[in-house]
Amino acid sequence: MTMEQDPIPQPESCEGGCDVSRRVFLGAAVATVAGALTGCGDISAEDFLQRNFREMSKQEVQETIARLEREYKEQFGRDVYVGNEPPIPGVIFAYALDLSRCIGCRRCVYACVKENNQSRDPQIQWIRVLQMDKEEGVNLEHDTAYYDPPEVPAPGHFYMPTACQQCKKPPCVKVCPVGATWREKDGIVVVDYNWCIGCRYCMAACPYGARHFNWGEPHLPADELNPHTHYLGNRPRYKGVVEKCTFCIQRTRNGRYPACVEICPTGSRKFGNILDPTSEIRMVLEHKRVFKFKEDLNTQPNFFYFYGV
Amino acid sequence: MPSLPIRSAGLAWLLGVGLGLGLVPATLAAQAPPPPSEAGDVPQGIQVAKPPFSPGIFPCTNCHDNKTLKPNPKRRVLTEMHTDIVLNHGPKTRWCLDCHDLNDRDKLHLVDGEKIDFTVSYRLCGQCHGAKYRDWREGVHGKRIGYWNGQKEYFLCVNCHNPHSPHFKPLKPLPPPMHPEQIQAWKGGAR
Repeated sequence: MTMEQDPIPQPESCEGGCDVSRRVFLGAAVATVAGALTGCGDISAEDFLQRNFREMSKQEVQETIARLEREYKEQFGRDVYVGNEPPIPGVIFAYALDLSRCIGCRRCVYACVKENNQSRDPQIQWIRVLQMDKEEGVNLEHDTAYYDPPEVPAPGHFYMPTACQQCKKPPCVKVCPVGATWREKDGIVVVDYNWCIGCRYCMAACPYGARHFNWGEPHLPADELNPHTHYLGNRPRYKGVVEKCTFCIQRTRNGRYPACVEICPTGSRKFGNILDPTSEIRMVLEHKRVFKFKEDLNTQPNFFYFYGV
Repeated sequence: MPSLPIRSAGLAWLLGVGLGLGLVPATLAAQAPPPPSEAGDVPQGIQVAKPPFSPGIFPCTNCHDNKTLKPNPKRRVLTEMHTDIVLNHGPKTRWCLDCHDLNDRDKLHLVDGEKIDFTVSYRLCGQCHGAKYRDWREGVHGKRIGYWNGQKEYFLCVNCHNPHSPHFKPLKPLPPPMHPEQIQAWKGGAR
């Protein structure tokens, strides 16, 4: 009504009754200038002014998620759900992998890529399966991730899949200069992709090679997009940010097993709540021979390797 | 994502088996013992996957009806039917009727003669593989899908191990990751 009757107010003549608040105007101005200076021309004012996920109010989180869902819909032409499910009280996630069963078939690698919307080109894979010599044991001087025999397991070898170990003392979190990565209450180490500045200190600090950098614009075909995402997990990423395994946060915080657990044809992968004494993860820890990867570094992983034989 | 349809399908299938169990003793009026508490072996709230029958093969009594096809307990090498089955499981003396029931082919039998359904074949396997059976019930051996804090589906021993030749078969691995050198050549350098 008023818009039809009155001429659109000009910023100069806008005194007191203006729709554009000082804050929004300054924000847009700063974003425009910053965009021009940094070369990130297409960044919106809301995006530029967005705060760290942990410092946002509930309303800010809702607004941010609504904006992200809108942006993803524009980008992919599909409805994308971005969740922000909080940690479940009384739950700390743990993972165990049976080295005596894994045959190195890499089904988990590709199930993870599909579930977690990794870039297909340039290729990013969160799980890395190492082929090792049986004679050498777990020895990182005798391993390769690039094995490709016609059939696995290859004679004389065993296989050790690695991904983020979800450490209790994560070196990657310690070195992040901006607090864009942290350990959640349920033990999952997460990244705020909108806060990450891409310095890659965390990649240098991680002794497991679990963090991956988007060197190029991530390419994810719209028909391969998994539309069920989480803000701290598998929502589509940007160029210039770091990403990593989140124990499939969008699944596990809703009670489901991670994608790699469900795909594994040998049942080598075990997942559960380490605080629940009846869970299978506790059975493994209490009754099987268990070790932690690079235990001497005192990163205290919540990811365990065991021998189920 | 696949868990929900599978779980509901499994539920429907289990219901079907439940109905079938009710009907089989009534119609066949066989010398069936009172139904054993077969579900008692698996923790409550856990569904077991469907046995991996070859298509069209079950129920076995379609052919083994004890009328046109008389049961033959003589230990022999099968030459007319089931020649695709290669028995490579344990000692050479083992043969079909050690596990399959002579008179009711829709059932398996334990060493004490108790007849059990194909859906609880883990009880049969557990007679020899006791330690693995214990691990499987606790979720340490074998595969589970569904919900870590709720309804989950167990895979039967025979979903992964062919009971006639149980050694896990080798698989073709999916492609290896791209080597960093390849990425450079293809992208014209990392920077």
